[in-house]
Amino acid sequence: MHIEKLIKMANQIGAFFEAMPDRTQAMKDIASHIQRTWDPAMRATLLAHLDTQAEADIGLKPIVDEAVRSHRKALEAPT
Amino acid sequence: MNQISDIDYGTPARTSAEMVSLEIDGVTVSVPAGTSLMRAAMEAGIAIPKLCATESLEPFGSCRLCLVEIEGRRGTPASCTTPAEAGMKVRTQSPRLAALRRGVMELYISDHPLDCLTCSANGNCELQTMAGVVGLREVRYGMDGANHLSDRKDRSNPYFTYDPAKCIVCYRCVRACEETQGTFALTIDGRGFASRVSPGQMQPFIGSECVSCGACVQACPTATLMENSVIEMGQAEHSVVTTCAYCGVGCSFRADVKGNEVVRMVPHKDGKANEGHSCVKGRFAWGYATHADRILKPMIRKRITDPWREVGWDEALAYAAGEFRRLQDKYGRNSIGGIVSSRCTNEETYLVQKMVRAAFGNNNVDTCARVCHSPTGYGLKQTLGESAGTQAFKSIEKSDVIVVIGANPTDGHPVFASRLKRRLRQGAKLIVIDPRRIDLVSGPHVRAEHHLKLRPGTNVAILSALAHVIVTEGLVAEQFVQARCDTTSFEQWREFVARPENSPEATAEVTGVPAEELRAAARLYAKGGNSAIYYGLGVTEHSQGSTAVIAIANLAMATANVGREGVGVNPLRGQNNVQGSCDMGSFPHELPGYRHISDDATRGDFERRWGVSLQREPGLRIPNMFDAAIDGSFKGLYCQGEDIAQSDPNTKHVIAALEAMECIVVQDLFLTETAKYAHVFLPGSSFLEKEGTFTNAERRISRVRKVMPPKAGMSDWQVTMALSNALGYPMNYHHPAEIMVEIAALTPTFAGVTYERIDELGSIQWPCNAVAPDGTPTMHVDEFVRGKGRFMITQYVPTDEKVTRRFPLLLTTGRILSQYNVGTQTRRTGNLRFHPEDLLEIHPHDAEERGIIDGDRTTLESRAGSTVLRARVTDRMQPGVVYTTFHFPESGANVVTTDNSDWATNCPEYKVTAVQVARIVEHAARDAGLEVADVV
Ligand code: SF4
Ligand code: SF4
Ligand code: SF4
Ligand code: FES
Repeated sequence: MHIEKLIKMANQIGAFFEAMPDRTQAMKDIASHIQRTWDPAMRATLLAHLDTQAEADIGLKPIVDEAVRSHRKALEAPT
Repeated sequence: MNQISDIDYGTPARTSAEMVSLEIDGVTVSVPAGTSLMRAAMEAGIAIPKLCATESLEPFGSCRLCLVEIEGRRGTPASCTTPAEAGMKVRTQSPRLAALRRGVMELYISDHPLDCLTCSANGNCELQTMAGVVGLREVRYGMDGANHLSDRKDRSNPYFTYDPAKCIVCYRCVRACEETQGTFALTIDGRGFASRVSPGQMQPFIGSECVSCGACVQACPTATLMENSVIEMGQAEHSVVTTCAYCGVGCSFRADVKGNEVVRMVPHKDGKANEGHSCVKGRFAWGYATHADRILKPMIRKRITDPWREVGWDEALAYAAGEFRRLQDKYGRNSIGGIVSSRCTNEETYLVQKMVRAAFGNNNVDTCARVCHSPTGYGLKQTLGESAGTQAFKSIEKSDVIVVIGANPTDGHPVFASRLKRRLRQGAKLIVIDPRRIDLVSGPHVRAEHHLKLRPGTNVAILSALAHVIVTEGLVAEQFVQARCDTTSFEQWREFVARPENSPEATAEVTGVPAEELRAAARLYAKGGNSAIYYGLGVTEHSQGSTAVIAIANLAMATANVGREGVGVNPLRGQNNVQGSCDMGSFPHELPGYRHISDDATRGDFERRWGVSLQREPGLRIPNMFDAAIDGSFKGLYCQGEDIAQSDPNTKHVIAALEAMECIVVQDLFLTETAKYAHVFLPGSSFLEKEGTFTNAERRISRVRKVMPPKAGMSDWQVTMALSNALGYPMNYHHPAEIMVEIAALTPTFAGVTYERIDELGSIQWPCNAVAPDGTPTMHVDEFVRGKGRFMITQYVPTDEKVTRRFPLLLTTGRILSQYNVGTQTRRTGNLRFHPEDLLEIHPHDAEERGIIDGDRTTLESRAGSTVLRARVTDRMQPGVVYTTFHFPESGANVVTTDNSDWATNCPEYKVTAVQVARIVEHAARDAGLEVADVV
């Protein structure tokens, strides 16, 4: 799936939760929303993008970037 | 279900708790105070002759046929206008009354043509019946009254004929148009024998204000206003009660049938969604079901460029199953999926998701609700705890303030609009939040107190500003919030909305709504008594659709406007079974009853019942399926009753996705736009051809009953079952009732639902279970479904779809009354006469700047594509905003919509597209026409 679309979707999710006062909770909610609504292949594509791109080219909002990294385990596709 | 004529009690039921007892013809009867003598008599089984009275209308007292005698009183009062009083002794029959009634009838008949034997009402005419009842034997005045025989019939309406010669001037039609429909299109013109019914200023019906709802036709006691279908076919011989398959109001109908043919549809007075009313679509636009374009034989083809080949059911199903399995073998288990239609029954949608999860072995199932109300499901679940509206439509009768946001009920949900307008005429106040001046803003006897004419895409800013006023002006219902809501979330929300950037003054710049107007609206909502919010796709179909739904729930909680009659948060669902298809687990991440697929206990229940193991991860949503198809990982699709090529945004993208797939199975009534890209076509069945249930916007589960056998031999649920069997996953239901048993066993909110119970109660609003055996009209009464109501912060995030020099206008889309969605059905009915093409509405300023005059052909261009539409110049629009509908494939409004979508659910942002509009000069029109043909 086109990574640009996934990044846009992830950033949109981030924009909603970013407004919450508790940043830790917001990151948890971002990761959980992605985990609960994206099919595993979409999540895998996003994670692969994080792994292969240079920091500057990732394109995720900082809060999303951090949320995805810190909740990586939950987002990984089941094997 | 064999009863054709319902009992007519003559005047409406009264609901007073106080009962009065009286005696009528020696029979004692008790009725609620305020009940008419006529109705009280009928309750006692005594029919008083009548002509101008009918149960759906307030009594009028003009015909004087219903006279009675009351012991101890002088004269002979009309029983329809006289309320029952305790202790009254009433006589409905006496020689004096008989003589009076005969006299009345004589007068009527002297002015009436006597062609009963060839009259279309023969066998169902109240005048004829009354003549018989009163024993009319002679007409002393002769028969040559002014019976208008030379008056021309008005056949301008495609569905009914007006024959002035038959009119008895009982005013029932005029009153029906006012009271039932709320359109005020009819008057009585002239005096005495010369008087006659007149639409508008003696216009033909088609050119008048008439919206063709048919209420007047139904109310007319004679053949004056008569359905053309009855004129053609004669009276029906039996009837079947069923449910409209168009919009989310879910009107109940009595289909009057002759053999296997529908003679007419009459809104069912016991239907709780519509209480005997309907709109033009449900009452009249059912002809598509027998249209010659219906495809009745399964067809297959190897490539979409090959011609179709008609085959038998077995071959088609075996081919489809073989292809799906081949694709899974080659590209993996997740390379195929299914789309469920919100047009189909609950049982059918349940089966499709079951087949995808159990037979395909993945969770790639989604429904067209994705593209309309998925944000409702998300937003209401997060805040209130249940993915559904909170009220019954009847609740509006107790509302004092009604807020309509991003909905156009007079066109989209007409029967609900009639109920709403009735409440407004009784004095309730209306707030409209919409970029466009919809009809409700100012119409006959209705006027919005406030119209917040916002810029498209700024709902969240408006809703937060309303909250700002409520919080900063001390309008919060503190007690309710303390008792019923999660206070931590409330405090966070309070702090957020109180920020200066959320004030109406600060948001005015983006929303275009004057701060004072918004403040006044907020005060009215918070303090005006029972306030209810009704919203539609103008809220959900945005990049912040879910946020807006959440913001609406926040407002209702903060002002204690939830949990009783008259208030609430009410999504107006687009299609007939949007609520149902969502309930039935057609989202990729949710099993029936909105339970997440990763929930082990729930999944375990389904695994045991279905005898398979299920994937615990969510599958692909519709837009994800398209993207995956273009990427080459998604190869096959089972698409039931859904025309995604026309209804989904960014047509170019959708078509590229469809072309990239190797096997598309379309199950539908007609060769739709999507079918152009299909490899297998399985004939679908219309709602008249199957058993099942629909769930409307009020969570009301109503029965759909078979009126005629399926034209292609199988109902849709049978087709899905056969496909599943061909795939090697056995399904073996004999009747949809058995599917409902399975749904109820697996879904706590449906636990008490059975066909028997629905038959008993007429319809059931879920949750229906041990706690609420008769269903739940109002939700969240003592407690929110999630326990404490949860406030959520709703930060306004402007959409990416921005106006630029190249695309300086914002396009928003909607629908009109007589057409339905992509028009597959309504375009195949007489409704074409009302709306033969999609139009582009544009403000006079914007039109003038572009040299466009009303009726010009224009090109409408966005970043996604371009199309051609005829312009309608109207100040209904605000400058900078244009509007169109999407009922015709030729105009292809979705050619221009983009694939922006809601952050939480991927519901497409149909409501905001940056566009440019240009007038087409004559010679260029031809080229543009060609170009459009290419795009579509
Ligand atoms: S069809 Fe409906 S709108 Fe038209 S005149 Fe009759 S009642 Fe009024
Ligand atoms: S058209 Fe029918 S309902 Fe209307 S006044 Fe005449 S008879 Fe009565
Ligand atoms: S309001 Fe909706 S459900 Fe009722 S008749 Fe019209 S289309 Fe059908
Ligand atoms: S029915 Fe009572 S006056 Fe006509």
